Amino acid sequence: MTESGTTQPTVQEIIAALKDKPGALLPILHGIQDTLGYIPADCVPDIAAELSLSRAEVHGVISFYHYFRDTPPGKQTIHLCRAESCQAMGGRQLEEHVKAKLGIDFHETTADGKFSLEPVYCLGNCACSPAMQIGKAIYGRVSADSFDATITTEASA
Amino acid sequence: MSITVYVPCDSSAVSLGADLVATAIAQIAAKRGLDIKLVRNGSRGMFWLEPLIEVATSKGRVAYGPIQPDDVPGLFDADFTQGGAHALCLGLTEELAYFKKQQRLTFARIGKTDPISLPDYVENSGYRGLKNALSMTQADIVKAVTDSGLRGRGGAAFPTGIKWNTVLNTASPQKYIICNADEGDSGTFSDRMVMEGDPFVLIEGMTIAGLAVDATQGYIYLRIEYPHAYEVLNAAIATAYQAGYLGDNIQGSGLTFNLEVRLGAGAYVCGEETSLMESLEGKRGLVRFKPPLPAISGLFGQPTVVNNVISLASVPVILDKGGDYYRDFGMGRSRGTLPVQLAGNIKRPGLVELGFGLTLRELLYDFGGGAASGRPIRAVQVGGPLGAYLPESQFDTPLDYEAFAAIWAVVGHGGIVVFDDTVNMAEMARYSMEFCKIESCGKCTPCRIGSTRGVEVMDDIINGRNLDKNIPLLRDLCDTLLNGSLCALGGMTPYPVLSALNHFPEDFGINA
Ligand SMILES: Cc1cc2nc3c(=O)[nH]c(=O)nc-3n(C[C@H](O)[C@H](O)[C@H](O)COP(=O)(O)O)c2cc1C
Ligand code: SF4
Ligand code: FES
Repeated sequence: MTESGTTQPTVQEIIAALKDKPGALLPILHGIQDTLGYIPADCVPDIAAELSLSRAEVHGVISFYHYFRDTPPGKQTIHLCRAESCQAMGGRQLEEHVKAKLGIDFHETTADGKFSLEPVYCLGNCACSPAMQIGKAIYGRVSADSFDATITTEASA
Repeated sequence: MSITVYVPCDSSAVSLGADLVATAIAQIAAKRGLDIKLVRNGSRGMFWLEPLIEVATSKGRVAYGPIQPDDVPGLFDADFTQGGAHALCLGLTEELAYFKKQQRLTFARIGKTDPISLPDYVENSGYRGLKNALSMTQADIVKAVTDSGLRGRGGAAFPTGIKWNTVLNTASPQKYIICNADEGDSGTFSDRMVMEGDPFVLIEGMTIAGLAVDATQGYIYLRIEYPHAYEVLNAAIATAYQAGYLGDNIQGSGLTFNLEVRLGAGAYVCGEETSLMESLEGKRGLVRFKPPLPAISGLFGQPTVVNNVISLASVPVILDKGGDYYRDFGMGRSRGTLPVQLAGNIKRPGLVELGFGLTLRELLYDFGGGAASGRPIRAVQVGGPLGAYLPESQFDTPLDYEAFAAIWAVVGHGGIVVFDDTVNMAEMARYSMEFCKIESCGKCTPCRIGSTRGVEVMDDIINGRNLDKNIPLLRDLCDTLLNGSLCALGGMTPYPVLSALNHFPEDFGINA
């Protein structure tokens, strides 16, 4: 069943592996987004059929959660914290800098497809505010300069 | 004899470069032919000193910090592996005043041990609570928790023993234990530190809860923003299964407890317990009407204990040392210890675990050292995004659930976010409304529509438009939210908004 030459599971394999768990829908959606970076609309009928849900129900769940996305992200997703502790340490100014530097607003992707920018409401790194996450890597005490340096490294990675 | 060097693997330490420091230490030690055992411990919680590395010496563990990779060659030159003198040497870790003045019960091991080493856990008093619990009746386990006076650390401060007792007395072939690890409150990170720094204590607490109320399945509902905690928890759970601490025959008792981590997906409201259960069931996180209580009809309609990470992680010490031991810490009806989190604009941010009763002032200045900017502290928000803002005149309030309630504030999950005098409190009030709008589950009209109106009204106020009309309108909106919301997201957004308005009217264009 696996496509030759790929080590990634297919959407069908992800669904088959998880569908018998109690409350399987979120684990399946995570599995798909982990693999593809987003949840393509054409997965919805398969998920719905396997879990005996309507397409509207599956779609409703995807759209309820901020983390799930139905469009492909850039190569890297930057989650920038907007919450109170980070605001207390200059987060609002950092947010302006980040948007200007990347030339995009939240929920957008740079024209070269390198970065998507998403807001996040606390990363639990409030003792080192302001904070951001790029992929799974976490950064603390982020300044305009350290942000620029980080994305230069990330972009060439 | 190899020398043990500790470099934290805690996310916050890593966010400041701890991984790079660990790599540098390993490389230089190899180059110089030194026999070093590198342990990735949790964090001691003194984040202004992170990355804080330690070395084991005959006198105890010696700390150096904050360390950057560039500092590492110099540390070796100064013979730090023998506790040698260096400008960044802090002396014995456990003699540092910030650490020494604490009463660490729930956090007893965090920063000391290797989080995913079961032998380390057991050697440092781990699984003693479970051992006792296995020889007790269910009623006696619940009684120990009730006697301890432990109240839920997730926000609502409901007595944990009473909740467990309801589940114990509700007959059902399947019951559940849910650990609420959604930790959405800004300014909080104690749950994260436990999961990353001592995952077995949470596993042990949940196992004891399962035995106490006859629940054979546990879920940890973990926020997606904590990928490192996810890895650590899964590693510890796998080890606990292998060692017979989870599964079908816990330590030969014939009793069963299974445990699985499930990930959230970035919805703050899913920290509310009924929304969380909807999410675990694979649905949108809409808040449920109560009753029925989750303790009677919770996950998949079955009796369910939902507890915060800190509540559950406090159970092992209670079962180890007894309910009385825990209850002897604290004040009034707030018993035991609270792991306070100092965050925002503060010189010494970190984790301070102490019996209830310390004043905010002691925390902010004696521990925290004042604002990081060196400017005066103007306001603090306690208890997350739904907590009130407190002005300096209230800093003598002791950390105690009732004392906070008396000034229309909340202790919540124990997060304290500090702002200096450059903050604009009208902007903060606007943000609270915006947050409510973004995170509302949409079930009640006041929360869904009222928060959108709230943002508009705040925009008018910030622009000085028609204050005579807009200030009363803001108060009306808050009244509607307070009285017409199903859960605390809508119901408590007025706490930060009205406290900002009442304590800092000048920021709203009102002459005080
Ligand atoms: C909007 C909202 C968000 C919440 N978020 C959390 C959370 O992230 N973690 C938590 O433990 N409790 C949270 N709670 C409280 C839970 O509903 C519940 O009271 C708690 O998990 C019970 O555990 P405890 O008794 O051990 O505190 C939240 C409540 C509301 C209304
Ligand atoms: S108050 Fe808001 S978040 Fe809570 S149930 Fe109502 S709409 Fe949902
Ligand atoms: S508020 Fe930004 S990390 Fe917590």
